Amino acid sequence: MENLIALLIAAPLLGAAVLLVGGRRLDAVGHWIGTLLSTTSFVFGVILFADLLGKDAEHRTLTQHLWTWISVGSFQADVTFRLDQLSMTFVLLITGVGSLIHLYSVGYMEHDERRRRFFGYLNLFLAAMLLLVLADNYLLLYVGWEGVGLASYLLIGFWQHKPSAATAAKKAFIVNRVGDMGLSIAIMLMFTTFGSFAFGPVFSHVGDTSEGKLTAIGLMLLLAACGKSAQVPLQSWLGDAMEGPTPVSALIHAATMVTAGVYLIVRSSAIFNAAPDAQLAVTVVGAVTLLFGAIVGCAKDDIKKALAGSTMSQIGYMVLAAGLGPIGYVFAIMHLVTHGFFKAGLFLGAGSVMHGMNDEVDMRRYGGLRKYMPITFITFGLGYLAIIGFPGLSGFFSKDKIIEAAFAKGGTEGWILGGAALLGAAITAFYMTRVMLMTFFGEKRWQPDENGNEPHPHESPKVMTIPMVVLAFGSVFAGGLFSFGDRFLDWLEPVTGHSEGDSPLSAGTVTGATMVCLLIGVGLAYAQYGRKPVPAVAPRGSLLTRAARRDLLQDDFNHVVLVRGGEHLTRSLVYVDHTLVDGVVNGTAATFGGLSGRLRKLQNGFARSYAVSMFGGAALLVAATLLMRAV
Amino acid sequence: MNPVNYLYLSALLFTIGATGVLIRRNAIVVFMCIELMLNACNLAFVVFSRMHGNLDGQIIAFFTMVVAAAEVVVGLAIIVSLFRTRHSASVDDASLMKL
Repeated sequence: MENLIALLIAAPLLGAAVLLVGGRRLDAVGHWIGTLLSTTSFVFGVILFADLLGKDAEHRTLTQHLWTWISVGSFQADVTFRLDQLSMTFVLLITGVGSLIHLYSVGYMEHDERRRRFFGYLNLFLAAMLLLVLADNYLLLYVGWEGVGLASYLLIGFWQHKPSAATAAKKAFIVNRVGDMGLSIAIMLMFTTFGSFAFGPVFSHVGDTSEGKLTAIGLMLLLAACGKSAQVPLQSWLGDAMEGPTPVSALIHAATMVTAGVYLIVRSSAIFNAAPDAQLAVTVVGAVTLLFGAIVGCAKDDIKKALAGSTMSQIGYMVLAAGLGPIGYVFAIMHLVTHGFFKAGLFLGAGSVMHGMNDEVDMRRYGGLRKYMPITFITFGLGYLAIIGFPGLSGFFSKDKIIEAAFAKGGTEGWILGGAALLGAAITAFYMTRVMLMTFFGEKRWQPDENGNEPHPHESPKVMTIPMVVLAFGSVFAGGLFSFGDRFLDWLEPVTGHSEGDSPLSAGTVTGATMVCLLIGVGLAYAQYGRKPVPAVAPRGSLLTRAARRDLLQDDFNHVVLVRGGEHLTRSLVYVDHTLVDGVVNGTAATFGGLSGRLRKLQNGFARSYAVSMFGGAALLVAATLLMRAV
Repeated sequence: MNPVNYLYLSALLFTIGATGVLIRRNAIVVFMCIELMLNACNLAFVVFSRMHGNLDGQIIAFFTMVVAAAEVVVGLAIIVSLFRTRHSASVDDASLMKL
């Protein structure tokens, strides 16, 4: 069974290689090759899952050693894969949702002449993400981590003929690079501290390491997670990443990429459990981001950017839960999986809407689409109900657990974090209702595009709607399936551990409060966008709205502090380089140049002047000799 | 007669030779002045040999003569070829070897 693990990665990797190397002659079938290989990987995943289910909870860890990658003295890095309950969950999510997105892309990218290349990149993305979650040591994980960064760069910038897409890809890559620095420093720290970066040795030596070092490693891992998972302060790339084709957004937001940060934190739970300061930082980042993303999501008129804000916010929930320690790990992953379903569904729905509306993304130009796109409407609507936490749907179970866990943290922290999570739930209900109402309800606000083409909204082809229906099923039932009988908890507990914590509020109270928040959010959104007609041009809005439209000034902040700051720093460094360093070097050269210029004058070509110097020298020598003898 | 007087003579001859080398332009005269310096040295060697009562100085004087003879051969050849190419025996005219 172990031998299947490598095949999980090999299948999409093969797809990427074949599609990218194969060239034009594969144009006709390339998309099916990509989908087939991604599905193959999913089938392997299901086989392995069935195998794991058949074993005892303690024996559900499979490892496969492929080869020794680097071996220098006592330093050794292996290419070893580790499949346990945590990686298994991710494998199923990545390959399952990934395959559905592949299938959807067959229809969505139908008119794109570079479709084969697109599928090659998608397969590469899956392979990198699978490598990330299956690696048995941090160095191999880093390879997957970088692979995900590369694939996201290629896909976000897939329509690179648009300058905005090319810029967005660069932005994502560069912001991610900052996080990657954190991961590489964390790996270096691990090596100096533990002498290894394989999961086993690292986690078993955590007990005999000082807390300071663990905190440093934890904070660096958090920085890495912030980059990949678009958490404050490295969140700015996520909104711009919407420049990529919509299936890419679905893939990035649901199955791959942004989930990597949560995976990293949960995988490193042993380190974080022993470093409470780092954990606190994680919860703070999570709480800030969940509010940040939610507020941004409220103000965006671009449907994809509103969903992007929502992703940021939901990942914030997961990071918050992961920072709570053993109380929250399981729920972080559970929310990650349910979020994978409904967010992929929402993005695919948004893509379907755009597909029918001549690629219009401004929600102020939608309206009343439910009659024209019934399947999209229903699947999107189920995803919507799931994400706001409507009772009985997936999001309800997972988000509610996170809010409970936040309160269970105890003390003032518990109240603040729980309060933030509750507030986030209300804002989530508000912005998602807003998206829903502006897109599918109200009167038509369609306008011809700049070429004068009137949009003719129509339902998307089956190849696109089937994945949406499957994901809608997941959005509805996954949460209940996981929660009843604590199935997910029992499944994941051997890896992450679990403790109940003591909540000052009963579970019923928290659920009730969440429901109240939900109703307030929905009600406010209905009053604003359901009762009144939606203006086709965005009103000026309050100061907060305008700031939120500009992503709460994140880019302005980055520009002023980081870009300008960096420019000033480089300018002063260049100045120092030119004056001081070059001054010393050039000064030395000029001195010797001048001296030799003078010395050169002695070579005047007159034999008699040479003779004079000889005589002078000889006379000096004689004088010196005499002087020495006299002394 | 006091041998030191010969040393004075030797120093005088050497000085005349050195001055000649430094101030005269004609290569032949410079050359002769060099010979004069060599012979002043020879004289000093012989005088020292006499003063110290051994023959080392005399022997070295022979060596000097041999060197001087060789030098005359080479030097005169150079001067002749110089004169042929430049139609002048002035040492200042032969100043090509400079920057």
